[in-house]
Amino acid sequence: MLEIKGLKVDLEEEEKTILKGVDLTVEAGSVHAIMGPNGSGKSTLSYVLSGREGYEVTGGSATLDGADLLEMEPEERAAAGLFLAFQYPVEIPGVGNMTFLRTAVNAQRKARGQEEMSAAEFLKVIRAKAKTLKIDADMLKRPVNVGFSGGEKKRNEILQMAMLEPKMCILDETDSGLDVDAMKLVAEGVNALRSEGRSFLVITHYQRLLDHIKPDVVHIMADGRIVKTGGPELALEVEHNGYADILTEVA
Amino acid sequence: MGVAEEMTAKEGVDQETVEAVQSLSGKYKHGWNTDIEMEYAPKGVNPDIVRLISEKNEEPEWMTDWRLKAFARWQEMEEPTWAMVDYPQIDYQDQYYYARPKSMEEKPKSLDEVDPKLLETYQKLGIPLKEQAILAGVEGAEEAPAEGRKVAVDAVFDSVSVGTTFQAELKKAGVIFCSISEAIREHPELVRKYLGSVVPASDNFFATLNSAVFSDGSFVYVPPGVRCPMELSTYFRINAENTGQFERTLIIADKGSYVSYLEGCTAPQRDTTQLHAAVVEIVVLEDAEVKYSTVQNWYPGDENGKGGIYNFVTKRADCREARAKVMWTQVETGSAVTWKYPSCILRGDDTQGEFYSIAIANNYQQADTGTKMIHLGKRSKSRIVSKGISAGRAQNTYRGLVSMHPKAQDSRNYTQCDSLLIGDKCGAHTVPYIEVKNNSSRVEHEATTSKVDDDQMFYCRSRGMDEEEAVALVVNGFCKAVLQALPMEFAMEAQQLVAISLEGSVG
Repeated sequence: MLEIKGLKVDLEEEEKTILKGVDLTVEAGSVHAIMGPNGSGKSTLSYVLSGREGYEVTGGSATLDGADLLEMEPEERAAAGLFLAFQYPVEIPGVGNMTFLRTAVNAQRKARGQEEMSAAEFLKVIRAKAKTLKIDADMLKRPVNVGFSGGEKKRNEILQMAMLEPKMCILDETDSGLDVDAMKLVAEGVNALRSEGRSFLVITHYQRLLDHIKPDVVHIMADGRIVKTGGPELALEVEHNGYADILTEVA
Repeated sequence: MGVAEEMTAKEGVDQETVEAVQSLSGKYKHGWNTDIEMEYAPKGVNPDIVRLISEKNEEPEWMTDWRLKAFARWQEMEEPTWAMVDYPQIDYQDQYYYARPKSMEEKPKSLDEVDPKLLETYQKLGIPLKEQAILAGVEGAEEAPAEGRKVAVDAVFDSVSVGTTFQAELKKAGVIFCSISEAIREHPELVRKYLGSVVPASDNFFATLNSAVFSDGSFVYVPPGVRCPMELSTYFRINAENTGQFERTLIIADKGSYVSYLEGCTAPQRDTTQLHAAVVEIVVLEDAEVKYSTVQNWYPGDENGKGGIYNFVTKRADCREARAKVMWTQVETGSAVTWKYPSCILRGDDTQGEFYSIAIANNYQQADTGTKMIHLGKRSKSRIVSKGISAGRAQNTYRGLVSMHPKAQDSRNYTQCDSLLIGDKCGAHTVPYIEVKNNSSRVEHEATTSKVDDDQMFYCRSRGMDEEEAVALVVNGFCKAVLQALPMEFAMEAQQLVAISLEGSVG
């Protein structure tokens, strides 16, 4: 599914190297988690994969089902099946949440040569999906993320994910700023989307999200590299001992 | 209406926006040119031309005199330079002041005789099918039940109004809706009483020129207590090259009446600039209400700033008696230069004026637009919502005046003025003038300037929208408060225009 080889990335403005050779393969249908201390390059990885400006790739490759992601525009990556759930979802004043989503869904459909979804069909689908995420009609009508609470914003990201049906989902610290109940709700939403053809890359600081979204593989990232890879037990190890032990161990 | 239906309707609108962007590949949509033999008056303007125009319209002597007086006045006036627009000197003697399709020389007795090419023009303009049928004189078209809301169209093709639909039904309601030239001939008492009573012939350089040489336009009179049974609409269009269009619109809403008037403008794409100096006068009497909506997409010039319309327009409404109400809504996306300040004179007590505006300037377009709210009556209220969008190398200025006169006790104004910048080579300026000459009135002014930010763009694109869809979405969101003030049909057109006029503004 997702294959990253020797990915090296600089910050464009500061000539600072953030990623120093990341190797990572996420198989179809699996859930990988990336953990790591602040500044290790986790969020940068998610931004580079989804095509945000401001980063310069100086080496390596990233492909989605064999297609070169790094050559594509952000919208092409989205149409190819990549989705990033933002750590800080962006507000768009005056644009109804539903309008935004329908524009997005149909843009992707068009890019893939599919027919656009009719208003009636869209409404039916979004209502059903919103319900399981406890998103009410009012939240669908309000402007995108404007005045949303932290929990609402994150649930909204998962709703977008559910509507866009990507095959590769990246969750960038989706648990940040969430209380336990909100996190459970988000995790349930994600778990409901787990399927054979869909993979997840869950970026998080903490083990607690991984109690709810059970990963198949856990990677530890530090200083721009994946320094250790293991099973779910690796996350528990971090929870108990912090990153220091692991980092000394691999140093 | 249930929540579900309402949502669907809104979704439908946005769908149209996206489709419009996709189907129109970044070029001016109305940039074609109808090949009809035209009859021109010689270039330039002088008393003879003024007389010729008056004569062609078969005007009475008082009208000719009125024009000549305006012309004499105009010759003593100087072109204003205070607006934040910069354009080469206009040679007023190098313009045609009168042009009309040759086929109109003998006015058609029925619409069947209208030149088919004219009708084609309407089709390209997107005038609704039903109106086309009526304009084309299809038998029974007028009797057939119209789907949804009806719109009566008075189409002005260059200098001559070629056909007015729904005349019969309007007549039944007592509403007069015809070309101004017809009104001068058929309803001289009304025209004489009100023409120039809101915008005097001596008002300003462009209005005075218009008073001398206006060739046609629309006239509306709604009698006391009548709610106009349909929206009235005029499609203005500049076709002949080097022709200035000087239309004149006069709307009178008598006591307790209501009318909604839509004005849509397009012009063909040409290398040379064209002059457009219109005057719109609205008289609103006791308890009457007028809504005037404009979607202006005159040709803005190409991406290098070549060609385009110079749009110098004087629009003013006079809420002459108590509780009169007027609402201006404008979507200004076209023209190379826009100089336009639809204003409200709130003369009666408890009168209300509203101004909702979206002004978009892209490439080398320049817009200096806003409103004047002149509070003269007690407890008069006004509201201004202006959304200016600049992209490319465009300059966009909001210029507004709120004036509370000593007698306008307990009056209120609220102004909200937002600017949105796309890219870093454009400019947005806000020039609010506020004069308060009494102690009991309240004036509020809020202004913001923001940029379409990279985060919003990336967020939209990461969900699959391309750059243009993303900009259109964000800008439509920015304009929402104004788009909502437009009649439904116009709101759709306006949303599409927002998208189209910003094409190529990113990346």
